[in-house]
Amino acid sequence: MGWGLIVMEALILTIIATSIPLLLAATGELITEKSGVLNLGVEGMMLSGAVGAFAAVLWLGNPYYGIIAGAFCGALMASIFSIFIINFMTNQVATGLGLTIFATGLTGLAGAPLIGKTIPSLPKIEIFLLSDIPYIGEILFKQDFIAYLSIAIIIFITYFLKYSKPGIVLRAVGDNHQSAHSVGYPVKKIRWYATCFGGLCAGVGGAYIPLALTPHWAEEMTGGRGWIALALVVFASWIPWRIIIGALIFGGITIAQLVGQSRGWPIPSQLLSMMPYLATIFALTIISGRLSKNNSVVPSSLGKPFFDNQ
Amino acid sequence: MIKFCMRFFSLMALSSSVLFFLITNTFAGNPTKVGFVYLHTKEDFGWTMAHEMGRQMVEKHFGKDVKVTEVNNVPEGPDSTRVIRELAKQGNEIIFTTSFGYMEPTHKVAKEFPNVKFEHITGYKRSKNVATGNIRFYEGRYIQGVVAGLMTKTNKIGYIASFPISEVVMGINAFALGLRSVNKDASISVIWVNTWKDSVKEADAAKVHIAEGSDVLTQHTDTPAMLQIAEKSGVLGFGQATDMVAFAPNAQLFSSINNWGPYYIKKIEQLRSGKWNTGDGPKHWAGNEWGGLKSGMLTISKFQNMPNDVAQKAQKVHDEIKSGKFKIFAGPLIDNKGKEIIPAGKSLDDGALWGMNYYLMGVNGNVPG
Repeated sequence: MGWGLIVMEALILTIIATSIPLLLAATGELITEKSGVLNLGVEGMMLSGAVGAFAAVLWLGNPYYGIIAGAFCGALMASIFSIFIINFMTNQVATGLGLTIFATGLTGLAGAPLIGKTIPSLPKIEIFLLSDIPYIGEILFKQDFIAYLSIAIIIFITYFLKYSKPGIVLRAVGDNHQSAHSVGYPVKKIRWYATCFGGLCAGVGGAYIPLALTPHWAEEMTGGRGWIALALVVFASWIPWRIIIGALIFGGITIAQLVGQSRGWPIPSQLLSMMPYLATIFALTIISGRLSKNNSVVPSSLGKPFFDNQ
Repeated sequence: MIKFCMRFFSLMALSSSVLFFLITNTFAGNPTKVGFVYLHTKEDFGWTMAHEMGRQMVEKHFGKDVKVTEVNNVPEGPDSTRVIRELAKQGNEIIFTTSFGYMEPTHKVAKEFPNVKFEHITGYKRSKNVATGNIRFYEGRYIQGVVAGLMTKTNKIGYIASFPISEVVMGINAFALGLRSVNKDASISVIWVNTWKDSVKEADAAKVHIAEGSDVLTQHTDTPAMLQIAEKSGVLGFGQATDMVAFAPNAQLFSSINNWGPYYIKKIEQLRSGKWNTGDGPKHWAGNEWGGLKSGMLTISKFQNMPNDVAQKAQKVHDEIKSGKFKIFAGPLIDNKGKEIIPAGKSLDDGALWGMNYYLMGVNGNVPG
């Protein structure tokens, strides 16, 4: 029994660790989409955050600088995206895809001299006394800074969207940019901030990979997690706390299939590898079905460019 | 008018490209033109970097006598057909395509360019102008198994595998044979990650292995993620393709290092002297070049993080394989269901190795697919 619990605890810690990049990137994208901007460049922004964070720690030595650098690089990518879609009013889908392709190439180039090097990882922060609670203490109260930060961000944006004035304005811009504009809200400026916040979160999410999971740099090391983050936003039907559930389910299935293989469950490994993605598609299908009946949760102006001279 | 313009420009383009071709061929002297197609970038610190080091050996060896063109980051599939064809069009006389997934594209282009020689790495199909080359990776795996068997305390070994192709299965089985030669109680559990390169997934698989009680890990994937997790968790592991000691100074037991240079040089020399061949023959399964420790295509980094007697034993096994005194896949071989594959006194030939779709004794589970 004791041994089983120790294994369980180790596996839960692994699930949490593998979910955090998804959680952060999806949270950022949620805010972006709430403002009416669909940014498909999440994968690219995560990659930029990862390479920026790795380089910063390599030069400055302290893993906390990596968080700042990751956030900065993600936000920088998002602001490049914003210039195109807000100022030049380009198609958001095409520009977002372009951003990911661009960032993949750029990070490959910028990361070339970083290959083969390693950095110190983010330290775990123990919360006094609470971390000594058997089993759950280790899981809930002995995480690194980014893990706590991601939960804090979720709590903050839940409050922000629901109760704060700027949050309500943000939703208004996403739901009907013409009305928001005619009431006098600066639609472009608000979308710019929201997109940059999304980039910042994606950057930190990407940064988590070299800072906490695998302290090296490898090209395309985010491995498609940006796309999963996009799916999670729909899965959560734009409600922040549901992202936590979605990310943990995805992480849980990912780890469960590895455990299944290690214990020799008689299911083909190819099928097990597909499981997290199948589950995502399955969840999306169900949710989309519901959304078509109740459209109110989808930001109505999502993906539509805003022309302020109309 | 538009039609005329289009005709005019296409004529211009055509004539200028012909002119360019003539000029480059007349004034470039006469170096042998060699092309390389890489799967990742040369900085991947694994598979492609090992090929890049081989390519650098070629340049150093031949100097001005060869002109090398390499193309990075070529995805397996239709895209690679385009790249290989382009290299053939540019007048490369020999083209090395350095990943298993380039097999069909290589053959497709080879039919279109019968005078160009192709060398497909790790494939099994050959034709008149397509040869194959490979490394006997499994020799390193056997030594890993021996070291793992002597170092494990939990008697559980965690293996992270990429795709269920015979090359990988062969490696698992060689590891199992090495393991069981020194430790009959130890067993291997395999996690297939279905990717060559995904740091996070490899790290997750390593963490799961450790949580499940493995204390020695090995990988048949390309990133150093597994070793970094091993280092963090205080367990041991082996590096892949290049020496990964920098990532895990306290965890790496040794790395098997791929050394493609001698093979590249040999094949280019064959081409230059007009003796290039595909080395086909009966029972000569993997073409003309399937080299291991003996030919120097596989080397082993320093044995470390192990007691002296383990290192000595590993060195002894290494020397015996290298000298050809010891055959790894020698009978009696029994699969993990208890069925005898071959009896004592016989050993598997190369063809049988490439048909491996079963686990030998000591490996848990079934080969997927």
